[in-house]
Formats: sequence, C-alpha cells, structure tokens
Amino acid sequence: MKTTGKVTGIVSNLVTVRTDGPVAENELCYIDLKGTKLLAEVIKVTADQASVQVFESTRGLKNGDSVEFLGKMLEATLGPGLLSSVYDGLQNNLTTMSDVFLKRGEYTDPLDHEAKWDFSPIAVSGDKVEASDWLGEVKEGWLSHKIMVPFSFKGEYTVKEIAAAGQYTIDDKIAVLVDAEGVDHAVTMTQKWPVKVAVKGYKEKPRPEKIMETGVRVIDTFNPIAEGGTGFIPGPFGCGKTVLQHAIAKQGEADVIVMAACGERANEVVEIFTEFPELIDPHTGRHLMERTTIICNTSNMPVAAREASVYTAMTICEYYRAMGLRCLLLADSTSRWAQALREMSNRMEELPGADAFPVDLSAIISNFYSRAGMVVLKNGKKGAITFIGTVSPAGGNLKEPVTESTKKAARCFYALEQSRADQKRYPSINPIDSYSKYLEYPEIKEYLDEKIEKGWADKVNSAKFIVRKGKEMNDQINILGDDGVPMSYHEAFWKSELIDFAFLQQDAFDAIDALCPIERQKYMLDLILDICGRTFEFEDYEKCRGYFKEMINVLRQMNYSEFGSENFNSYREKIQKLLEQNGK
Amino acid sequence: MANKAFQKIYTHLQAITKATVSLKASGVSNDELAVVAGRLAQVVKTKGELVTLQVFSGTEGIPTDAEVTFLGAPPTLKVSDQLSGRFFNAYGNPIDGGPEVDGEEREVGGPSVNPYKRRQPSELIPTGIAGIDLNNTLVSGQKIPFFADPDQPYNQVMADVALRADVDKIILGGMGLSNDDYLFFKHEFESAGALDKIVCFINTTEEPPVERLLIPDMTLAAAEYFAVDKNEKVLVLLTDMTLYADALSIVSNRMDQIPSKDSMPGSLYSDLAKIYEKAVQLPSGGSITIIAVTTLNDGDITHAIPDNTGYITEGQLFLRADSDSGKVIVDPFRSLSRLKQHVQGKKTREDHSQVMNAGVRLYADAQNAKTKLENGFDLSDYDLRCLDYAKEYATRLLSIDVNIDIETMLNTAWEIFGKYFSPAETGIKQSLIDKYWKA
Repeated sequence: MKTTGKVTGIVSNLVTVRTDGPVAENELCYIDLKGTKLLAEVIKVTADQASVQVFESTRGLKNGDSVEFLGKMLEATLGPGLLSSVYDGLQNNLTTMSDVFLKRGEYTDPLDHEAKWDFSPIAVSGDKVEASDWLGEVKEGWLSHKIMVPFSFKGEYTVKEIAAAGQYTIDDKIAVLVDAEGVDHAVTMTQKWPVKVAVKGYKEKPRPEKIMETGVRVIDTFNPIAEGGTGFIPGPFGCGKTVLQHAIAKQGEADVIVMAACGERANEVVEIFTEFPELIDPHTGRHLMERTTIICNTSNMPVAAREASVYTAMTICEYYRAMGLRCLLLADSTSRWAQALREMSNRMEELPGADAFPVDLSAIISNFYSRAGMVVLKNGKKGAITFIGTVSPAGGNLKEPVTESTKKAARCFYALEQSRADQKRYPSINPIDSYSKYLEYPEIKEYLDEKIEKGWADKVNSAKFIVRKGKEMNDQINILGDDGVPMSYHEAFWKSELIDFAFLQQDAFDAIDALCPIERQKYMLDLILDICGRTFEFEDYEKCRGYFKEMINVLRQMNYSEFGSENFNSYREKIQKLLEQNGK
Repeated sequence: MANKAFQKIYTHLQAITKATVSLKASGVSNDELAVVAGRLAQVVKTKGELVTLQVFSGTEGIPTDAEVTFLGAPPTLKVSDQLSGRFFNAYGNPIDGGPEVDGEEREVGGPSVNPYKRRQPSELIPTGIAGIDLNNTLVSGQKIPFFADPDQPYNQVMADVALRADVDKIILGGMGLSNDDYLFFKHEFESAGALDKIVCFINTTEEPPVERLLIPDMTLAAAEYFAVDKNEKVLVLLTDMTLYADALSIVSNRMDQIPSKDSMPGSLYSDLAKIYEKAVQLPSGGSITIIAVTTLNDGDITHAIPDNTGYITEGQLFLRADSDSGKVIVDPFRSLSRLKQHVQGKKTREDHSQVMNAGVRLYADAQNAKTKLENGFDLSDYDLRCLDYAKEYATRLLSIDVNIDIETMLNTAWEIFGKYFSPAETGIKQSLIDKYWKA
C-alpha cells in the first residue's frame, strides 16, 4: 500500500507532511491542491514528519491537504527523441504545453509515444547481456541511437527474443530478456533512471587522452579542455560568460550537446531556440539543434526544479555516453544551483556553512563533477562527457564557497576578468590566472605532439611567458613612466599586447573570427611567435607603439578574413613588409 | 477588502514582531490575504496550527486581542482599460481621487511565461541618448536597471527614456519614492500630455516599507493585462528596487530566517528574478520591457542587491558625473546591454557595433593617459590626442542631455575619430573604414 500523508506546515516551497507509513529520502510525492497535483521531493524526515520541497508554487496550499507518496525517486525518461527537445528541470516537454503561461501541475511527456523509429537489431537471441549492453539501434537524426539493456537491470540476462528490423514506437516491445531465475523481462526503446544516481555500466574510466576543440583560441591553444574533462568559468556579470558558453556550444567538437540553463535568463534560452535551428554544426554540416537538448529552468521557475535540472541534464549525457558518443554538458550557472540548495537549507533551519550555504556544498559539487569523464564501454568503444559549468561569484569575488568548491573539482579554470571586459578585450579570460591541468598530462602532451606538432605544449608555454613578462613590464612602465624605462621594456610590453590583441581576443559575433580551427590557430601562433622572437630597433617608445599598433591592426584584419583567401594572404604580405622595415 | 458575513474572526495573537503577527487558525491557505485590526496582511508561513502573517503597514499599536479575518485569496488587482491614466497605492486603490476601477479581478504574482513560447526580443527602443542607443542599445522585452548613487538624476533620465520610447503604455511602480519625486513623475507625465498611456502604483517614503512588497506584483499584473490581453508594448518603470529588497530583508529577519550575504534573505535572487523575468516578448506581438533603478551605496556593485540584480537583468546602465565635460554621462565601461547585438547592425547601420567598440576602446586609452597624467608622467602625442578625444566624446555622445537619432550618433562618432586618430588606431574593419572614414 502506498504511503499517504497530510500537510502540516508551509514556508514558501518547503512543506512538512505528517506521514502514515514509510517514506524514503528523495522519494517523490504528489500534494493535492484542489485537484491539481503538485510534485514534491522528500528532503528530510523527522519521526513521522517529512519535509518535502515542492517543484511548483505553493500558493493556496492548506494544512490538511492530502499527500500521496510515489515510492520512487525523480527519474529521467530516456529513449530516442531526446535530441532537439526542450525540457524544464523535471524533463517536462516545454514545446508540447499549450498555454503561453506555465500551468501549475501540468506535467508533459518527455518523449513522443506516437513517433515510429527505424529499428535494427544488434544482439541476437541467445546472447548473454548486462545492463547498458546494446540490443539494437535506431537512427535519431544522423546519429545512431543505441537501444540498451535498461541500466536498472542487475546481473546477467539471456536474449530470448529480439524484434526484426522495422518501424516501432518507443513503447513497442523490441526484446525479451531472461534473467538467471528464468523470468522473462520485456524491453522497449525507453527506460527510466533516477537522476541523482550516476549511471555506471562501463568497463573503466581512464584518464582523458585527447583535446576537445572549441574553436576559441584562448581555450584550445592556451588552456585546452580534454574530451571527458571538466572545466569551469567563473566571472562577474557582464564579462561575457554566456557569450563564451554559447560559442563553445555552437563550436564544440561533440556528438551531443546538453545545455542546462539553470536559474538563468529566459531570453538567453530563447536566443538558443532561435539561433540553433538556423546554425550549422561546423564539424558535421548539420543543424546544431539536431545534436542539442536544452534543459531550461529559468530563474523565475520554481527553485526546487532548478536544483533537479542539472541532474536531469547529466543523466541524459550519461545515457548518450553509454552509446559510445562524445557529449558536452554546459551548465549555466552552477551558482544558481548552489543557491537553490541554500534556499532549501535555510528554510529547513539547518545550521549554515560559509555564506549561509549548506555545509556539504563542496561534497555535492565534487560528486556532480565526478559524473563527467571518458569511459571505455564493455564492448571496448569509448564515450565521453565533457562538463563545463559557469559560476557567478557574488560581487565577482572568487573567494566565495561555490567558486572555491568548484576549483577543487574542475580541472580547467577560465577566469573571466572585469578589467578585461571593461576594455572590451573579449573573451575576457585572464590568460595568466587561468589554467588547464590537462596541459600537464603526459597523454595529452603526446596527443598534441601528434595532432599539432612536436613540442606544441612548450610553444604554448613560451607564448604564455611573453604575456606574463609583458604584464610585468607594463607595471614597471606605469610606476616609472614611459621615459623612465629602457626601450626593451616597451618592446616586451607591446609583444604581449600583440599576442593579446591578435590571438587571445576573438570576435564571437564575427562570422569568420568566431570559429578558429586548430590548424589556423597554429598558423597564427607561429606567425605571432616569429614576430615576438625578433628584436627591433626603435628611436623612441612612440615609434614602438605605432609600429606594433599597425602590426596588430594587420593581424586582426587577418583574423577577420577567410583563412588562406586572397585578402588573408595580402595581409600576410603586409606583415612581411613591416618585418622587413624593422625586426631581426 | 471588507469582511464578509459569517467569516470566522480570530481574536488571540500568539506573537507580534514589527512586521509579522502569529496566531492559531485553521483552514488557512498559503499566500492568502487577511485583515489584522483593519490592516491588510498576508500568510507567509504555517506550522501546525500556527499561522504567521506579514502585516503590510506594520504592527504598531496592534494588540494581542486584535481581530483577524482571512480573505481566502491572494492579493488581486482589477484590470481593465480604466487603469489608464490612474494613480494607485500598493493595494491597487486609487490615490488620485478618481473612482474605483471596474474590471476582471486577477491574482497578482501569477505564473511565468513558458520560455519556449517567448520570442526573441528584436525591436529597438530608441531613447535619443547616445550613451544608451549607441553603446547600450535597448530592446523591447529587455529588463535593465540603472545602477546609480542616490544623488544622481536617475529618475529624470528614466522619465526622459519613458516619454521618448515608442510604447503603448508606461507603468510606473514607485517604491519608497520621495513625495517630491512622485510629484516630479506626475508633472512630467502630465506636461508631456502622456497621461492616457500611464498607470502608476505608488508607495512613498511616508508609507510603511513592507507595503512596497506589493508594488512590483501590482505593476506587473497591470503590465501583463495590457501586453497579453491587449497585445500592447508596455514599458514598466520600477524605482527603487534597493528599497524593495530592504523590505524583503525586514520580513525575513522578523521571521528569524538565517540571513545570507549583506543580511539579505537567502532567496533574494529568486525573489528578484520573479519580478524581472516578467519582461517578455510575447508571440502575439505584445511585450513587457522593464527599466528599473537600483541605488548603490557609493558605487558599490558588490553589495548583494546590485550583484544579484546584475546576474538577472540583461545588462545595467551606470550614471557617472564626468569631470572632463562637467556632465552626467552614461558610463561606457560599466554599462552593458546584453541584447544589443540583436538590433545593432540589424535594425541599425552596419557599422554600429564596430563604431561602438572602437569608441569605448579609445575612451579606455584616454583613461590610461589620465592615470599617467595624475602620476606626473609626460604624455605622448597619442595620449594627448586621446584626452581631447575623450572630452569631445563625453560631451557630444555620452552625456545624458544628448537627444539625437542613431544615424547622427554614428556620423558624430566617425567625425570625432577622424579628428583625432588615424584609421589604424581605431582598429575598425577595413571595409567599414573605406566606406565611412571622415578625414
């Protein structure tokens, strides 16, 4: 018999319920508000009192209203049709809701039950299979979507029947599996999985071994992120966090992209809806939306569902990873998720940690980041989830709990800087403070040696050194004055500016400059390092400034021109002429 | 809001704080209104039999045997075309001596728009102020605050923007407005002959602070009526949101909630987002644009209120007194309109975004030159040119008293660039230089 209960207390979306039977932590329940069912999740139990967070507004709810517990946790529905979908944090399909306004208690199905998919079997009857083994596949757009043994199946099964190739809906039976006790289990193309539990079912999780290209120079060259790696982007508001994340989403080299808009602006999500169907994936030439799933829980949507949204997104990624695909998960912003945790902890009157965040914040964040990674499946194929989260530190101060906890969990750090943004030096990633731990991985170095050129990592470090040196020289110039320092200081400073303006800065709104493939990055870096490696003669610092400004201008025009085009080459010649005038 | 017959009357308060009262009652629903000793209150918490109410006008003089009745519904507003040209208090009652409004009674603070049903904001809102139109272009459906110190003329600028903007309705939500500022808005709207397209919800400093909590919801309920039901372009002005947030912290403090940063409630972000996210471009053509004011303490944007606001709104506009030109300018460094790229170069001339970036970059160079000057260093020829440029740029473009169209702004910018710099120094794309450069 199902456990039921009655509402005994309400503070905003935290409701206490007196229960008449057993309840589990994170179990779901429906609260009946005059016939409307509000979904809620148990977050604390004290004797017969369960505290539940309601995923909807609790306006109008009364003490004594009845509650029905569902005996299951919050689950994601997995199956073909996830791509191109737009969901809220609880995986309700936002596109099939009829009203302009969100209606309380309206829950829509994540997947289309009518659509037919072209199924072809992979397993044959008699095969021994386990959870997440591939039984068959359907074409989801261009992608081969594997139909797997449900993740929740424990132990070994024998395939008794498998459907012949043909058209099926997600509810049609496509296989019958027999467990060790000889009991039959029917399998369809859809399955459910509790979002807060990591999907395992792979053979091993080795260290990342290659780079995920993003087309953003300051990332790919200066601080590359690995496929299956983790990174985070902290920055004050107005520093271009969202623009950068959208750029990565558009250009990232991945098969599947899941974007979790977690407590962010609705208009930014609308931008994705509007632009992505128009945009073409530079790697496959297909529409971007075909490989994208959007989880959208904007800032005005209920706060508890915001917390759920990142888990829903991660579960969808794990599902595609188990098919041997490369997924990219972008969460904007993980601070809003942490704030949702704080709001609930506050209402439960828990003793607060730093900045009133719950004390286990750090553990929750590391645990979430650890769900990313590259895996080797049982059949030897590889799949990966690359995770990049943004962090919105209060007041732009990086010494706050969410940034600090994330720094411990993520391997790449892209620090956006207010002063760079003020000067319109976009992307405003600080080239010196930011880091990628992957540049130190021997397997990544080896990969770069092979993919780009031998000694590439050292080359990047030499460019970083020039930038750092230039910054020091600039500090000296500011203290001692233009005339108070030797000419070499000015030269060093302007060489760093050259790298900054012509390489680190990139125009995300320019059709050509926005996406810079790695070959082009290498070409430009070689050219720029060649210039920086020379010594110049200048009469005074004015001449030095003028010369480098001109050089920067020509290099920027190159960035705006198509790679290898006539225009591009003519600018390249201009550089050569400038170098003939000066520079050895 | 009169008592209905046969309503249960409670007369025993268990606890009283400055903003809340608690009593034992049954059958009470969350968020519903109540009347405590003739004052309006709202349910904010129930725990067993104990119900906590926030009393909007404060609890001074309320005795423990005060009469309490519950009204069974959350705050509502009667909406119809009769709202136009009227002034109301925080409860939606007229304060202009006019009659009560007839219309459909709607709950305020209702649900949000399905993000998927929204349209991308793409209509320019010209204001004539180059600091806004050129550098931080506003778009209908946007939400953007002025970040300003209390001594800056933000209310004047906001009134100018509202009256110049091409919209169907202007709805003002005044929170903690000084009586002088209230009369200023009233006078501005009247003298512009725009009263028929104005609706005002006013809470002045003379009124209790907790009442302010109702103002944004009332204002936006009226805005949604005109935007959703009437497909109108609505501009909502909210001033001052800092005082609204202060009122939130008063209530949460009285409810013994653990404060987070700057003694603000932990839910500040969600509370503000609920208001600002009402800004929307609807599929039917109607829109709600929100321009708000967040006053700062000595320019400190790291305080929890401006900080949370900045993460919610689509940019912010900073006002600053400029010592070079002696004018109040829209600060080009700290100001930002996040939606500007949807209209720049699309609804305006192709050179817009490059001219904007070059203008600001050169202005930044001028700031560096200024620092050098202050530190007693010799200035280079380039530095000197930058300084002259900055003065002219501030006077002719950044100043808030500018009122010209966008084409003129762009031409003015090219003219100033040509006066002080070489094309290479501006870093603008060659194709645009070829077309627009003025030697």
